[in-house]
Amino acid sequence: MKAYLPIAVAVALFAAVPFLTASNVVLNFLVMALLIALAGQGWNLLGGYGGQYSFGHAAFFGTGAYVTAILQVRYGVNAWLGLVIGVAAGALVGAAIGALSFRSGLKGSYFSLVTLAFAEVLRITASVAPITGAGVGTLIKLDLRPEAFQFQSRAPFYWIALGLVGASLIVVRAIERSRFGAYLVAVRENENAAKALGVDVFMVKLGAMTISAAITAAAGCFYAQYFLFLDAAIAYGPWISIDALLAPIVGGAGMLFGPLIGALVIKTLGEATKLVTGGAPGLDLVIYGVVLVAVVGLAPRGIAGLLSGWTPRQFRPGSSADQNHG
Amino acid sequence: MLSPVILVPAVLNGLMTGAVYALIALGLTLIYGVLHIINFAHGALLTAAMFAAFFAYTLLGIDPYLAAVFLTPLFFLFGYALQRFIIGPAAHGEDRNFLLVTLGLAIVIENTLLYAFRGDTRTINLPYAFDTIEVGTAFLAVPRVIAFVAVIAVAVALWAIMQWTDTGKAIRAVAKEKLGAELSGIDVAHIYAVTFGLGTACVAVAACLLIPTYYVNPTAGDAFVLIAFTIVVLGGMGSIVGALIGGLFVGVVESLSSVFLGESLGQIGIFVMFIAMLLVRPSGLFGERA
Repeated sequence: MKAYLPIAVAVALFAAVPFLTASNVVLNFLVMALLIALAGQGWNLLGGYGGQYSFGHAAFFGTGAYVTAILQVRYGVNAWLGLVIGVAAGALVGAAIGALSFRSGLKGSYFSLVTLAFAEVLRITASVAPITGAGVGTLIKLDLRPEAFQFQSRAPFYWIALGLVGASLIVVRAIERSRFGAYLVAVRENENAAKALGVDVFMVKLGAMTISAAITAAAGCFYAQYFLFLDAAIAYGPWISIDALLAPIVGGAGMLFGPLIGALVIKTLGEATKLVTGGAPGLDLVIYGVVLVAVVGLAPRGIAGLLSGWTPRQFRPGSSADQNHG
Repeated sequence: MLSPVILVPAVLNGLMTGAVYALIALGLTLIYGVLHIINFAHGALLTAAMFAAFFAYTLLGIDPYLAAVFLTPLFFLFGYALQRFIIGPAAHGEDRNFLLVTLGLAIVIENTLLYAFRGDTRTINLPYAFDTIEVGTAFLAVPRVIAFVAVIAVAVALWAIMQWTDTGKAIRAVAKEKLGAELSGIDVAHIYAVTFGLGTACVAVAACLLIPTYYVNPTAGDAFVLIAFTIVVLGGMGSIVGALIGGLFVGVVESLSSVFLGESLGQIGIFVMFIAMLLVRPSGLFGERA
């Protein structure tokens, strides 16, 4: 159980926040950070541990969000059930995209490209399909009852987001310690060597992508309940694909707490930029881009890597970068 | 519906549009062929060049075709510097890092433009933008004919550079065998940067050719680059001939599908073709390897 102690400590610390402040601004900020941490943890499993860099995690986020919303709005399904079905739908989309791409042997840049293209196809489809409300978007009716996954105050939303993040941390830690997790890291480090040692590379990648998609879809479901509004640009837009990869990269890809640390850092930077510039559009994203380039260039192991200074060799993200292409 | 009165102009117009696509794809495929990286900043660089051409006209009154004469070398230098001083050092030679760094640059460039010029869509009004040339039954817009001819000229010039200059030979050597090239005294970091510069210069020419008939806003380049990715995958990553033929082909397909299917479905058609191509034959029609 020692392996899970840091998760318990982190979740307990976060859980205490609503008792210290009732400020909606603070809670709203933390909810958004947790949302990105959750979406990012999904990316982290596939990208950080598995080395498969998806540029289209919006495909899963959006599917989770739309399935939850549409089931409620059009079919009167309970929101909590919608959450479960949304996560399952996200996992299914992940498995489908994964099966298609990995069977064709797409890796590296090709994999990034194809995931990006899938997310864009879904975005364009959602922006014209009648079931998503097309250009108008989907509005979930206000119904402030816990049974409907809606609350008067922010605190319950915050705890639920925290619960989801906690669950994702436990899942990823369990995978980290399992045989499957070791296979996954082996595939990242050297796919051919892993294959030679008898690892079923296709199944390992597919499994990672399915779980990864499920985690990110959970973030989408939560988003739908929290904001009660979706359109194609929100659900399937590039913003979430970028945030989902930025958080783990900045925090430390292939490290359990990378996405959480990264999400807090980039959200803080984003808010700080908005404060300084008075909410001018674009500037917060400029900072994100600069941070991304700087982290990749100066701290390839992310903030968690800098802080720890020491990590077990097997969980180092990427292979060592001795080569210099200039 | 299949009357030649509709088909011939659609095909000709598709070829004209496709030529500009081909030029953008050419820059992308050149960079891929030598550096073996997908440049995710290509679209943002195109947008930046379109803004440059736009302001050259509105502020300085320079005709976009004239602006190409100084914007092309300027963007060559910009691309050179980006690769030499930012992308190369930051990526530490790892493919995954190249992806992330160019993605980061794309975010920076696009949002700097958004911050500076807001999301407004702008166009310029050239006196000759609506002039047409009659070719058989088809009327072709003059700017598109100019674009078509210019793209052919650029492609020939690029081919000549690659074929006959020392730099071109060095680029081909690095593309084929990086270590061997390095051992025979070629400065690989320099050649990488030159290639990236050439790719960026292609985008600058494309921007000057586009701006007379197209609009610019901070995300204007994205639409073209997704098409360019499709073309590059279709033509084979790194293949210059493939990019040209692929560009013309996609232009015609798009033109015909918007005649028969309407605008938004035409857009999906390109993505579906892209995904299908990646899944079925990632090495493309003219590519050597995946």
